[in-house]
Amino acid sequence: MYCKLSLGAKMAATMSNVDEIRNRVILGEFDIKNVHTTDYPGNYPGYDDTWNLQKFQKNFRIDVVQMDETSLEFDMVGIDAALANAFRRILLAEVPTMAVEKVLIYNNTSIIQDEILAHRLGLIPIKADPRLFEYRSAGDEEGTEIDTIQLQLKIKCTRNPRATKDSADPRELYLNHMVYSKDMKWAPIGNQADVFADANIGPVHGDILLAQLRPGQELDIVMHCVKGIGQDHAKFSPVATASYRLLPEITLMETVEGEKAERLKRCFSPGVIEVENHGGKVVAKVVNSRLDTCSREVLRHDDLKNAVKLARVRDHFIFSVESTGILAPDVLVTEAIKVLMTKCQRFLCELDSTEME
Amino acid sequence: MVFIDSRKGVQADGTDEGCVTFVLHEEDHTLGNSLRYMVMKSLDVDFCGYSITHPSESKINFRIQTRGGVPAVEPLRRGLNELSDVCQHVLNTFQRSVSEFRSQQEDVMD
Repeated sequence: MYCKLSLGAKMAATMSNVDEIRNRVILGEFDIKNVHTTDYPGNYPGYDDTWNLQKFQKNFRIDVVQMDETSLEFDMVGIDAALANAFRRILLAEVPTMAVEKVLIYNNTSIIQDEILAHRLGLIPIKADPRLFEYRSAGDEEGTEIDTIQLQLKIKCTRNPRATKDSADPRELYLNHMVYSKDMKWAPIGNQADVFADANIGPVHGDILLAQLRPGQELDIVMHCVKGIGQDHAKFSPVATASYRLLPEITLMETVEGEKAERLKRCFSPGVIEVENHGGKVVAKVVNSRLDTCSREVLRHDDLKNAVKLARVRDHFIFSVESTGILAPDVLVTEAIKVLMTKCQRFLCELDSTEME
Repeated sequence: MVFIDSRKGVQADGTDEGCVTFVLHEEDHTLGNSLRYMVMKSLDVDFCGYSITHPSESKINFRIQTRGGVPAVEPLRRGLNELSDVCQHVLNTFQRSVSEFRSQQEDVMD
């Protein structure tokens, strides 16, 4: 039974025990309680927990909090951790991108070893929409125009004839002594020049330092980029990182006044607890529990630990997606959801085909 | 116990069709845990669980035990369909939220 007190009451509304087990993860001093999902049919008498798509659709919502070209923060409410985690795992490891796979080194007289340079080249994010390319077929060594992007890096360091006599600054003495990712040029194969005429294919960032040269050293490298997923190699991961956290919930079980209120405020992240003046006395109030990082510092103070209840809302996920720049973050989330759908469809087709046998 | 190898077809065993261990290849916790959740939400499933046999092999053993004589492929098929529907709904909701946010931002800038 819910026991909701009026808004004017000083105590927070208390949830019934069962609702708390179902909906909240309790952060205790030495342990965390109610971690796992328990709302399966049959566990709670009186609750109908069977899967109901209409009920899910009614409770589910997504709120975009912040979005720009490289990062996205949004809330996903009303979904279970299993699904939210599946989306997070897919964002990290199963959304495909293009990255340098084969590095053909025709000449490398720089001080950077071949394999180190090749490793660095592989990790550079390549701005090419992976949805317009196919995976390379197994056993195909050369690659075709539909599954390969060719990039070239050809640079030679020379002495600057116009440098002053006594200068010691390498920027003055040498030409092309720093090799940046902007020196990687796209070499279109086949019909790529027409198909991708306006999309400038190349590294996302031009200011990544690859190697340093001195006069006489040169690099002559051809790179083949293929489509892959993060599961194969982390260079194919499209996100800088993708993570989520559960919405924290801080409730005050008793009024906290005076000097204790100030100490309570310092136990949480700034902006979570505000101290207000009520007729001469300072009283602590929870303003925005979303900002808290849940350090549980308040549980280290014996006089404050019983005044607060720390919990997290089990089905409210605050996602943060940072893209490497290849695809926009909202496109990444869309692709991740489609990947999960494709997995389900694949097994449904398998089931159908085995049934027919 | 019936083993269904999702690449080679059903390896028939007879006996009880309500207790089946499916072997799903090239899968891990991503599909395993989310599918387990969807199958557990169904009424005629007594037991549902998955395990990764060895971390070096990318396959999972997905076990379903039903009650009431229901063949185990039914809750599996239903779970996959429901998971697909959930993904579709999440996709629609997300795209709607993103376009709402974008139009809100444009209103602010004007």
